[in-house]
Amino acid sequence: METEVVVSASPHLRAGLSAERIMWLVVAALIPAAGTGVFYFGRHALLIILVSIATAVITEALTCILMKRPLTIGDGSAVVTGLLLALTLPPTVPLWIPAAGSAFAIVLGKQIYGGLGYNPFNPALVGRAFLLASWPVLMTKWVWPEGSLGWVTEPPAAALGLSVDAVAGSTALGLWGEGLNKIPYLQMYLGKIAGSLGETSALAILLGGLFLLVFKIIDWRIPVGFLGTVVVLAFLWGEDPLFHLLAGGLLLGAFFMATDYVTTPVTPRGRLIFGVGCGLFTMLIRMYGGLPEGVCYSILLMNIATPLLDRWTVPKRFGEVRANG
Amino acid sequence: MGLKTFKKGIYPPSGKELTAALPVEELPLPAQVVLPLGQHIGAPAKPLVEVGAEVATGQKIAEAQGGVSVPLHASISGKVVAIEPRPHVCGRLEPAIVIESDGADRRAPDLVTGRKLEELSAEQIKVLMKEAGLVGMGGAAFPTHVKYCPPETEASHGQYCPTQPVDYVILNGAECEPYLTCDHRLMVEQAADVIRGLLAFMKAAGASRGMIGVEANKPDAIAALREAADGFPVEVVPLKVKYPQGEERMLIYAATRRVVPANALPIAVGVIVNNVATAAAFGRYLREGLPLVDRIVTVTGKGIKEPKNLRVRIGTLVEDLIKYCGGFTEPPGRIILGGPMTGPAVYRLDLPVMKATSGILVQTRREVEKPQVLPCIRCGKCIQVCPFNLLPNYLADYAEHGRFEEAEKYGISQCRECGSCAYVCPSRRPLLQLVKNAKQQIKAAQ
Repeated sequence: METEVVVSASPHLRAGLSAERIMWLVVAALIPAAGTGVFYFGRHALLIILVSIATAVITEALTCILMKRPLTIGDGSAVVTGLLLALTLPPTVPLWIPAAGSAFAIVLGKQIYGGLGYNPFNPALVGRAFLLASWPVLMTKWVWPEGSLGWVTEPPAAALGLSVDAVAGSTALGLWGEGLNKIPYLQMYLGKIAGSLGETSALAILLGGLFLLVFKIIDWRIPVGFLGTVVVLAFLWGEDPLFHLLAGGLLLGAFFMATDYVTTPVTPRGRLIFGVGCGLFTMLIRMYGGLPEGVCYSILLMNIATPLLDRWTVPKRFGEVRANG
Repeated sequence: MGLKTFKKGIYPPSGKELTAALPVEELPLPAQVVLPLGQHIGAPAKPLVEVGAEVATGQKIAEAQGGVSVPLHASISGKVVAIEPRPHVCGRLEPAIVIESDGADRRAPDLVTGRKLEELSAEQIKVLMKEAGLVGMGGAAFPTHVKYCPPETEASHGQYCPTQPVDYVILNGAECEPYLTCDHRLMVEQAADVIRGLLAFMKAAGASRGMIGVEANKPDAIAALREAADGFPVEVVPLKVKYPQGEERMLIYAATRRVVPANALPIAVGVIVNNVATAAAFGRYLREGLPLVDRIVTVTGKGIKEPKNLRVRIGTLVEDLIKYCGGFTEPPGRIILGGPMTGPAVYRLDLPVMKATSGILVQTRREVEKPQVLPCIRCGKCIQVCPFNLLPNYLADYAEHGRFEEAEKYGISQCRECGSCAYVCPSRRPLLQLVKNAKQQIKAAQ
C-alpha cells in the first residue's frame, strides 16, 4: 500500500467526552456562582477570580518548565483550581491573597505529587486551608453584599434587632454561632448574604450542580450522601436542616469540591460513603468545632480516606464466586 | 421498553445505516486464495495436499491437528501453487495454502447433499461439525465442535467426553459491533439455514430449546427468523441495542438471567452459544454438503466508496474486496478487520479473509483521532460501563507497572476485552491494550 495508515490497538472508536472538555464544563457550571459573586460583591470579586485563575495557570506552566515536563495548562484543570479557590475566598481579601493561595494550591497541592491525577487532596481546598492558617484575620473578614450594579443591600440588622455594626462582619453561620439565625431563607437562597464570594447563592450553585448531574459529569452519590447526611444530622441535633443546607460553603463544597474526581473514590459505594463522611465531619465541626464552618476540612479529611474507601468498596464482579474462607 | 439486556455497557454510534439495507452481493471468484492453516484458536491444520495438486471447491486440503482444531477446505477449484508462510492478520507470516483458480468453481464430487436431521445421531452431528470446518464466525474463531464435546485434556484427541446437560443452545445474532451488518443480512436472507443449523446444534447438545438473541435494531431479521422458526422450539429474543450485547456471557445473562461463573464455561449453566453465521454455515452444509468455504463480509466505513455486504470465498484478499467496492474515497486513515470495537487495525491489504473475518472497516484520516493521552483523572467512567463490574482504571494501572499479582486479585482474567472502558475514557488511556498486554504476560508466565 502506498499510503500511510494508523495501526493502533482497538477500540477504534472513542466517546466524545474528553478530560479537557470535562474541565471546561466544570468551569461553565461555575459561571452562575462566580457571576452571582461578582454581581453581589462588585468589581473586586471579579479581580480576585481573575488573579486566582491567572496565578494558577502561570504557576502550573512554570512548574512544568522547571520539571521539564510537557506543558499541561491546556487540560483546563489549573483554571478549575484557580476558579474554585477564588470562590471560597472572602470578597474583601487583597489581591495577593488569591495569588498566594493559587500558587500554593498548584505547587504543593498538585504539581509536587506529579500533576493532574496524582494529588491526594483537593488542590483548591489545600490553597484555602493554607490561606486560612496563614492569614486568619484577612480570611474571615466578611461583608454584606453592596452590589456594583446599583444593588444595595443592608445587613439584616433591623430584622435581628441588632446594630448594623454587630451584623456587618458576620456570615450567616457566624450569626448562627451566636444564636442569631433569623435571615430569611429566600435571601440566603438568592445569596444576598455575607460569605465567600462564590458560596452565598444556593440558586446559582444548584444551577451549576444540576448541569453537572444532568450531563453525568459528577456522580449523584457524593452530593446526595453529603447533603443528605447534613440534613439528617441537623434534624437529629434539633437544628434547622434547611438553614444548614443554605448556610456557608456546603452547597459549593458538595457539588464542586467533594466531587473532584482525582481526590475522591472511584467506586459507587465508595462515593456514597465519601459523601456521608463529608456530611458527618461538616456537622461535627459546625456543632462542636472551634470554627463556624467545616466543609473545607471535612472534604480534606475524607480525601485522606479515598484510597482506603476504594479498596473497601470493590464492586462484586459479574460471575464472581467468592471463595469460602 | 422491556427489552432484555445486561447491566452497564455503552452506546457507541451505530454506523450500520451504511450497509444494513444492502442485500448480500456475490463477489466474483478471485484469481487466487490464500488459506492460512491457522484460522482458528488451537493447533493449526496439517496440509493434506502438495504443491501442484488439483483441488476442487469444498475438498479437504488440511486435517485438524489435536483436540482443538478443525480441517480446512479449498474455497475455489484450481491448483495449489504454494504452501508457504504468507502475511497473516496477526502481523507475522503464517503458513498458508495458496490456490490459483481454474475459474470453474468445480465442486468436490464427494460432497453429500440433503442430509436429514432425523437420520443423524448427536454423535454424527458432532463429527460433521468438525468435518465442515466450523469455527465461531463472530470473531473468536473457536472450533465449534469443541463446545459440544469439550476435550478433557489434550490427550483426549478425537475422543468425545461426556458433557454436562445443556438446556439451551443460544445463537448470537446481536451483532453489537458498530458498522457490521453481515449477520443482519444473513439472518434476513438465510433464516432457514440459521434455523436448520440451530436445530442440528440442539440435537448435538441434547438441548430441548433454542434461542436466538437479536438486537432490536434489526426488526426485519427478527421477523424472518420468527417465520422460519415457526413450529420449532426456538425463541427469537429481541435485545436492547447496547454494546457489548453480543459478548457471550452478557448474551446468556440477557436471554436467560443465568450468570456464568467467572472461571467456568457457559456449559456450566447449561448453555452453549454459537454465532448465527456459524449455524447458517452448518445449515447449508447439511443441505448442500458444502463445508465452510465462504462467508459474508461487510465492507464499510466513510473511507469506502461503495460500502457493501459481500459473500466472499475464504482466502480472498482484502484488496480484492476493497477494489470491488470502488476503492477508497480518499487516502485511508485506518483499516480495521472486523468491527471498530474489537477488530485489529492492519497495514497491508494482501491479507486473506478468514473464517472469522466479519468486516473491513475503513476510517478516513479525519476520523482517526491522534489521542492525547492524559493521566487517569479517576472519573470512574470505565467502572460505570464495565459489563463485568471490574475496575479497569486500577487493572490498567497495575498492568502498566507490572503489578500482575494485584491485577489478578482484582479479576483481570475476567476481562473479555470488549473495550468499553477505553471507549469512554476521557483521558484516552489505552486501558484495553494495557490489560490485554498484562493478560498475555500473566499467561506466558504460567
